[in-house]
Amino acid sequence: MKFSANSVWENKDYYDVAVIGAGHAGCEAALACARLGFHTVVFTVSVDSIALMPCNPNIGGSSKGHLVREVDALGGEMGKVIDKTFIQSKMLNKSKGPAVHSLRAQADKANYSRVMRQVLENQERLDIRQQEVVHILTENQKVTGVQTFSGGIYSCKAVILCTGTYLKARCIYGEVSMNTGPNGLQAANYLTDSLKQLGIKMYRFKTGTPARIDKKSIDFSKMEEQFGDERVIPFSFTTNPEDVQIEQASCWLTYTNEDTHNIIRNNLERSPLFSGMIEGTGPRYCPSIEDKVVKFADKERHQVFIEPEGLETNEMYIGGMSSSLPEDVQYAMYRTVPGLENVKIVRNAYAIEYDCIDARQLKPTLEFKTIDGLFSGGQFNGSSGYEEAAAQGLIAGINAVRKLKGMDGIILDRSEGYIGVLIDDLVTKESHEPYRMMTSRAEYRLLLRQDNADQRLTKIGYDIGLISEERYERFITKMKYIDSEIERLSHVYVGTGEEVQKLLRNYGSTALVSGISLRELVSRPELSYSVLSEIDEERPEFPQDLKDEIEEQVNIRIKYEGYIHRQLRQVEHFKKLENKLIPDDIDYDSVKSLRIEAVQKLKELRPVSIGQASRISGVSPADISVLLVYLGGKE
Amino acid sequence: MFYKSEKDTIAAISTAVSDSGIGIVRISGEKAIEIADKVYLGKNNKRLISQRTHTIHYGYIVDNGTIIDEVLVMIMKGPKSFTGEDTIEINCHGGVYVVNRVLEIVIRNGARPAEPGEFTKRAFLNGRIDLSQAEAVIDVIQSENEYALQSSVNQLRGSIKNKISDVRKKILYQTAFIESALDDPEHISVDGYGEQLKEVLLELMGEIQKMIDSASDGKVIKEGIQTVILGKPNVGKSSLLNALIGEDRAIVTDIAGTTRDVLQEHIRLKGISLNIMDTAGIRKTDDVIEKIGVDKAINHAKESDLIIYIVDSSIPLDSNEFNTLQLLKEKKSIILLNKSDLTSAVQIDDIVTEYLVHNDNVEEFNIPVIEISAKTGQGIEELEQTIRDMFYHGKISFNSEIYITNMRHKKALMQAYESLAKVMQSIDLMMPEDFYSIDLMDAYESLGSIIGESMGEDLVNEIFSKFCMGK
Repeated sequence: MKFSANSVWENKDYYDVAVIGAGHAGCEAALACARLGFHTVVFTVSVDSIALMPCNPNIGGSSKGHLVREVDALGGEMGKVIDKTFIQSKMLNKSKGPAVHSLRAQADKANYSRVMRQVLENQERLDIRQQEVVHILTENQKVTGVQTFSGGIYSCKAVILCTGTYLKARCIYGEVSMNTGPNGLQAANYLTDSLKQLGIKMYRFKTGTPARIDKKSIDFSKMEEQFGDERVIPFSFTTNPEDVQIEQASCWLTYTNEDTHNIIRNNLERSPLFSGMIEGTGPRYCPSIEDKVVKFADKERHQVFIEPEGLETNEMYIGGMSSSLPEDVQYAMYRTVPGLENVKIVRNAYAIEYDCIDARQLKPTLEFKTIDGLFSGGQFNGSSGYEEAAAQGLIAGINAVRKLKGMDGIILDRSEGYIGVLIDDLVTKESHEPYRMMTSRAEYRLLLRQDNADQRLTKIGYDIGLISEERYERFITKMKYIDSEIERLSHVYVGTGEEVQKLLRNYGSTALVSGISLRELVSRPELSYSVLSEIDEERPEFPQDLKDEIEEQVNIRIKYEGYIHRQLRQVEHFKKLENKLIPDDIDYDSVKSLRIEAVQKLKELRPVSIGQASRISGVSPADISVLLVYLGGKE
Repeated sequence: MFYKSEKDTIAAISTAVSDSGIGIVRISGEKAIEIADKVYLGKNNKRLISQRTHTIHYGYIVDNGTIIDEVLVMIMKGPKSFTGEDTIEINCHGGVYVVNRVLEIVIRNGARPAEPGEFTKRAFLNGRIDLSQAEAVIDVIQSENEYALQSSVNQLRGSIKNKISDVRKKILYQTAFIESALDDPEHISVDGYGEQLKEVLLELMGEIQKMIDSASDGKVIKEGIQTVILGKPNVGKSSLLNALIGEDRAIVTDIAGTTRDVLQEHIRLKGISLNIMDTAGIRKTDDVIEKIGVDKAINHAKESDLIIYIVDSSIPLDSNEFNTLQLLKEKKSIILLNKSDLTSAVQIDDIVTEYLVHNDNVEEFNIPVIEISAKTGQGIEELEQTIRDMFYHGKISFNSEIYITNMRHKKALMQAYESLAKVMQSIDLMMPEDFYSIDLMDAYESLGSIIGESMGEDLVNEIFSKFCMGK
């Protein structure tokens, strides 16, 4: 089969934007474009795989939960869909500071996929086509359309690549190797060559997934049951908290043991990773069980989470035991785990290799530097994870539209959101493995909390046009309540009366010797806004659907004021360098005194701002001073 | 990467450190006058803040009630100053040690040590330097920076650098542990970790305090231009040193290889401080002890500000000399043709030719060559004059920078200490563990700035390499 064998014909439907791929990045990209008024077609190798979750059955998690909330605040879809389709939800790190609280929900995979597909299907100006795109058509380095495997040419002005793990995909376990995408879906084997012809530099990455097993074959009595939170907090700021208080499914915890590890060690030479059959670079944060056993040899056991794939299926996911060992070893290995002694595998664990790009070829708007109108998002950009993909897809979609409108792109910086950190890292730093978000990557994480994503981004989403007037008004109302409540607490003083002292005693807090404002009491570590309600007689009533959020914000803002201020000051300084833009046509060779290494790196990456330049490895603080002086002189 | 704010008030010694006795400490920035007032005691307790611009005041620099030096203080209010900002210049009289002391007091009172070229950079950014001079400014920033980095690395070779790396490693490990637990709370728990961390912190703060104390002792502070005398055995190195100091301190014999270790002399050459090191002769040798001396000589040469290289003009050049000629490429140097009292076998042209042959990519020869006789004293005066000229024309590095580098180190150590103290405070306040990492990483960065290392991907790499993450 060659695509050239198919006769070429021209599709006459009008499209502004073509999105290639309908995974988590593609869905957000396509929805954003269509919602912003542009005619959009989204291509997928299979309509049944729209918004597919081919690996873990959850959305969110540490720092990923932040991303989902940011996507939601900007007007994306992921948060709304998971709120409708989750079957268990937990706020992680609840005992830690608010910056690292993170929502994670178990999804009903099939339901998630179906609900998202419906949203796409019902979206005006958005068409879905089951076709493999094989060619990006350009004229003078400018996008003019795409060509499909069956020969159809679709003219458009912008293309967004969201091919995920499908490009030249290969799935491997043991000696078995199949040229398919995830879950045995058809791989996209031709597009890579077209991209290479356009001068795009490709990488080959690798990732993996554990086996899916039959619930009937599991002995849950040997495992610890893991419940969801008693009170569930929704992902989307638009979801009424009462709507997510559902009956939740359980997950199950069990452990590997020495027997498991011995089986793995004895069969290592049969792993395609160790035999050299897999060339792609795998992620360190999501190691296969064989990696863990080799690298952390002194660990006696590893945790294994058994998670449902949905309510209407018996398939369960074995979290913590992804693998590319041969089928027989997989059976033997899983069956050493307590509760899995008689386990039946439904789908094998496998490793998957795929083509992706060196994202340093992209501008921070996610448009290719060298090809006008070509954007990309998601795993294709060298990231990993559904949430990272959705965030990029949304930004790529927004910026494709702004490009067509002749407007400047939206670039969130590292102080505005995890999305900013994610994209800046991707387009600035070289990475040799799929990039995963982590809270430790965010230098201003006290400001980038999941609870204040709306405060950081709703206004931006509103200005872009993805947040409705009604939602924006509601947000403004919430902010007014928060501000005036903090103001009130600063001016309400409590005295040394017995009722107050008793409450303080109950919480182990120092007794009062004189009057003090409620605000100061809230800031005591052992107290909080909610426990003080007993002695706060004038506390106002808040609208029911906003109550939780308002109270949380008042508490956090007062409690962590000092730390928040410190980070705000750092951000002020950071912004100065971010706002010093570098002209597109700068000739680094003519900047005297830059070190040769710096000139090479700067010419290769062409950063948009001094701030971005300062994050390139190989560019020193002295080089930045030189650039500042050079640009100062040019003004 | 860590950037210093352009709003800070900065200070540095703005004259080359010499023995002329006068040295100027310059302070520039919004708080220059305020800071000067904290350390200056004038007649009738007059305050600098209430004085007019471009005036000079007589008085004392006082530290905790002790008079440090008798000084003249010049006030220049912005924008009519070199940097365009409020500027104070303190003219000190008490010599090198006192100038350094005054700078330290100024910094303790709120200024931060200036970065290399920072006064010039500010002058430019504030429009005080003409646009046509911009390129020169850029050169100053880059070259001073390289110099400062070089000298700081030189000083840090050895134990201090190891100590700092060691402390950083421990900080990184602790942070990575906390972060991995936050990233994967279902696999790794940090509950109750604070008490454990406190013990580590106490130990680390102790280590840092020790380093701060040693910096205060001035142990790492070197004064003067580091000068190394190089040459084959028996070319007359020790004789030259004796001629310069005027006494027979170095062992001078006719047996090649007698100066086996490094002799050091501090001399003053018409107002300039020189630390002269006489070294073992450089030649290939099988004698173990002599080889140690030779290696030391080469190391000292690499760290020096100036190399005086002596060639015996009565014997033809050989391969030992060719090696030394390569050493000269990177350094400011002077070549001496010694034994001009004997029959000459080497001419200046021979040196030029061999220098160019043995240094690839070097197209011109611009090292002063002087004919001398260390024995008779002929040419010694010309040598002194050459060194003076190089110094005053700025060809030999301004040694004050080394001191500033040290001041920066000390400041960074103090910042690291404070950051760790903040972690202690957070633990005592029962703050959640994620707050610890913020200050831990600040300490990590401060220490990194001393040894020229930034954070980069260190934390993420440490998390993945030390802790087993889930999925």
